[in-house]
Amino acid sequence: MPDLKLLDTPPSNAERAAIDAVLGTPPETNGHRTARSDRASRHLLLPALRAAQRRVGWVSEGALGYASRRLSVPPAEAYGVATFYALLSLEEQPADVTHACTDLSCALKGATVGVGEHPSPCLGLCERAPAKYRTVAGETPFEEQLPADSPPLPQREGLRLLRRIADGVDPTSLDAYVAAGGFEALAQARELGPDAVIEQVTESKLLGRGGAAFPTGVKWRAVREQAEETRYVVCNADESEPGTFKDRVLMESDPFALVEALTIAGFATGAQKGYAYIRAEYPLAHERVQNAIDASAAQLDGFKIELRIGAGAYVCGEETALFQSIEGKRGEPRNKPPFPVEVGLFGKPTAVNNVETLFNVLEVLRIGGAEYAQTGTEGSAGTRLFCLSGCVERPGLYELPFGATLRELLELAGAGAVKAVLLGGAAGAFVGPDLLDLKLTHEDTRAAGVTLGSGVVIVYDDEAELVPALLRIAEFFRDESCGQCVPCRVGTVRQEEALKRLAAGRPHDGELHTLGEVAQVMRDASICGLGQTAANAVESAIANLKVFS
Amino acid sequence: MFGAGGGTSSYEEVREVADLIVLWGSNAREAHPIFFHHVLKAMNRGAKLMVVDPRRTTSAQWADLWLGLDVGTDIPLANAVAREIVVSGLANEEFIARATTHYDAFRESIEPWTLEEGERVTGVPAEAIRELAHAFGNAANPQLCWTLGITEHHNAVDNVFALINLALLVGGVGRYGAGLQPLRGQNNVQGGGDMGAIPNKLPGFQDVSDDIAREKFERAWGARISPIAGLHLTGMFEAMEHGTLKAVYVVGENPAQSEADKQHTVELLKGLDHLVVQDLFLTRTAELADVVLPGCAGWAESEGTVTSSERRVQRVRKALDPPGEARDDIEIVYELARRLGHDLGSTKAEDIWNEVRSLSPMHAGMSYARLEELRGIQWPCWHDEHPGEQFIHGRLWHDVVVEPAPFMAVEHSPPVDVLDDDFPLRLTTGRRLESFNTGVQTGGYSSPLHVNGEALRVSPEDGARYGLVDGGRAVVASRRGEIEAPVAFDTTLRPGLAFMNLHFPELVDTNVLTIDATDPLSGTAEFKATAIKVTPVA
Repeated sequence: MPDLKLLDTPPSNAERAAIDAVLGTPPETNGHRTARSDRASRHLLLPALRAAQRRVGWVSEGALGYASRRLSVPPAEAYGVATFYALLSLEEQPADVTHACTDLSCALKGATVGVGEHPSPCLGLCERAPAKYRTVAGETPFEEQLPADSPPLPQREGLRLLRRIADGVDPTSLDAYVAAGGFEALAQARELGPDAVIEQVTESKLLGRGGAAFPTGVKWRAVREQAEETRYVVCNADESEPGTFKDRVLMESDPFALVEALTIAGFATGAQKGYAYIRAEYPLAHERVQNAIDASAAQLDGFKIELRIGAGAYVCGEETALFQSIEGKRGEPRNKPPFPVEVGLFGKPTAVNNVETLFNVLEVLRIGGAEYAQTGTEGSAGTRLFCLSGCVERPGLYELPFGATLRELLELAGAGAVKAVLLGGAAGAFVGPDLLDLKLTHEDTRAAGVTLGSGVVIVYDDEAELVPALLRIAEFFRDESCGQCVPCRVGTVRQEEALKRLAAGRPHDGELHTLGEVAQVMRDASICGLGQTAANAVESAIANLKVFS
Repeated sequence: MFGAGGGTSSYEEVREVADLIVLWGSNAREAHPIFFHHVLKAMNRGAKLMVVDPRRTTSAQWADLWLGLDVGTDIPLANAVAREIVVSGLANEEFIARATTHYDAFRESIEPWTLEEGERVTGVPAEAIRELAHAFGNAANPQLCWTLGITEHHNAVDNVFALINLALLVGGVGRYGAGLQPLRGQNNVQGGGDMGAIPNKLPGFQDVSDDIAREKFERAWGARISPIAGLHLTGMFEAMEHGTLKAVYVVGENPAQSEADKQHTVELLKGLDHLVVQDLFLTRTAELADVVLPGCAGWAESEGTVTSSERRVQRVRKALDPPGEARDDIEIVYELARRLGHDLGSTKAEDIWNEVRSLSPMHAGMSYARLEELRGIQWPCWHDEHPGEQFIHGRLWHDVVVEPAPFMAVEHSPPVDVLDDDFPLRLTTGRRLESFNTGVQTGGYSSPLHVNGEALRVSPEDGARYGLVDGGRAVVASRRGEIEAPVAFDTTLRPGLAFMNLHFPELVDTNVLTIDATDPLSGTAEFKATAIKVTPVA
């Protein structure tokens, strides 16, 4: 346990240099007579800590103290931030660390944790399971995803969002993007003006693709109408829902589209700056998106986009937790209301959109909102990306119009005899073979008591075991709960304990009833979606698949 | 100048609405950690913190701006800030005209204090002085806070006037959000003063020379009260020296270790005919006493009230009986009175408090029931319906100000203990987070924060210059005495400035060195400015 009184421990020269590279050279002051503190840069705490860890492999007392001092953050508070994020280590560790995914999709593919490796929650590489993520600290630090090569898209026909990727447009080249029609939507938006852009998006009936399915036009309108003039747009690319990898594929293979779409969002809402918050485990996406931001500068007409990188926290995908993280704090969700459109990032009105949602905006502007709304169903317009993994022949990213059935999707991916399908990820729900004709729309899934969530489709065949999956889901939520509110902090623990007893065949009396009550308390009384959905998959497995009965 | 002494604002104003907090001669982060929590909350919502202190203290390290002035140059700095506020057009002319007097004389007195002259005398770069002045002049709700860095000087009262002038200049007092805060070092320093533990005051800041007030107390107490002000602490030691003070009753103080020039102090205490000490601990002073009366702990073993820096009177409740022969301090005093032939009446804390309420108008409305109901009340509280005053001197913002506040032109007066070739280093003293004053209450406990115990702290540059070794030992000498102390290099100190605590007198007796030059008005000693020389111990 490191001593909390850190300030006396100096950083090593390497740590100091790494942190200074993020924060800038310390200001020249007449150090004996006057000094200034830069408390306005608090939001750089996480980048500074990340830089120190990338340099020496961990966040030492000296590095934590130095970052605290540079940013005028009390060390105890910086310690609280550092310990919040799973990938920051406050204990010395080797420079070369491998994280082996043990989550749902990788478990189905025989994941193992090698000697010295760290078990990890889903790394978002489910189409090439079992996957690993390696971080190498040093003078030229790097991270890599293993297996390194991304397989080609399994689907070729009917693609819209994935069109450029299927066409093999060079994701590192602005020219190639422009040649493929890139930045035409932004030009179109500028021609229309902000209000007309929002009208088009509203008319398109586009719903958010991050899981909550909120109307994007309504969100943008709300931000645009705020009296406060400082506003932000944020791209939520903290894709961490187990089984989800769509946003990674989009960012790795079509990063300019993200830059263009986020700029349109900023233009429409009247924001001066955009942030893209990408989870730490996506190093190729960091590289490609940063390159796209840099290369597109001339196209953006002064609009600034800053890339922020997470540090291993599922809950930071919750929009207000994500703001907290960008602000350099523990990623603890805020109470709502006020909603982000009023009080968001840095307390300012903020439109936060998922990557896939933003890609759809380009499509809306390309063909017009009314035309866009023609695809899909009455309640679910457009196409949807599905992340297929588990027991299928052709795992990977699929794009289908809303309204296709689960059976059609599984046939495309080459599923055999199905025992169960997990829709929507760990926060989603299990369905059995009886629901294969379920139409994949918001309205149909809602009617069936399940969810599309972030587009996760994990397939369990006859051979696959469900109980370990439930235990893993319970473990995941217990581990990822931020601990801020009681129902979730306690409930996720109680849920895991009960499941372990059930799995071991030694349940307490009324265990299933108790599980249901715990689920209800978490659903009713947790402040954010993590706790509210932490029992969904378990409950659905018990109800739909009769596990434990 | 304002009469009753106390913080003019509430903590709530600091926490919720202040946009600039200046800590002047205060390391509140270590010495006033509870108050600093309010400051931190203010900083979290965007308030600026600026710290004036010779050392780059831990408070200064978290500040937006630190000004490292030379010890004892507070008046030049304040005057330079004031001049910059005036010449930049940031003075509140309307407030000055309506609510203050003596502005012209003050304006004239600060005229020589240009930024350049301020830099020359204080050592603080002109640009930093300018920044403080503009921040203070432009703040909507400035809070100016100070502690012993202002008052432990031979010209303490003038230092305070210099800060009050700044608040008057910008209209930064007497309204919700802006004010002056002398931070108190203990939970009930304020209450002690309020209750008349000041040589010229009766409870409620009523002057002993005020015949009407005095007669009121005489009637209530059935005893004569001298209309002549008593002696402050320094005056008492002078009187001991002159042989006119022969018997002393010390309650909860430890002058044998807390007073400057301590060898002399101890000799004077030893020379008394009779010394009585009433304390929780057998202090060094108590060891010299003819009679020791073991008292009890105010926060756990007795009923009563304490009053915080924001003038809030709060109830304290008894949780434990005092151990052994220790007795409630009220009982001790009343029993002593009885033995001297005078019955002071009920020893019940509430009865005594009701007597205070009947005699001190500013406490009149503070029944125990109301103190409990309102979770403490800020004085003044004139009657049973009065909620108390969150901030005071609101009169300065009335259309017609009956009693305007005077500017007090004050001149620079450098520390008495001058630096020269023989004594080239400036020693200043202060507190540390985990320790308290002479260590009577804190030294007896083990703490992981008691690192290094006491040491002479010097800049690494001075360490090299005088041949000292970090972790080694040195002889530290002033014009009054010398001691040996461990040496610690400290990068928060600049060359020429040395620092010591007073917490571990058993280990290092810092007050052997300090000078007993005192302020003629308040009697506080110049603990903050001693001239020393250091030589390494081989």
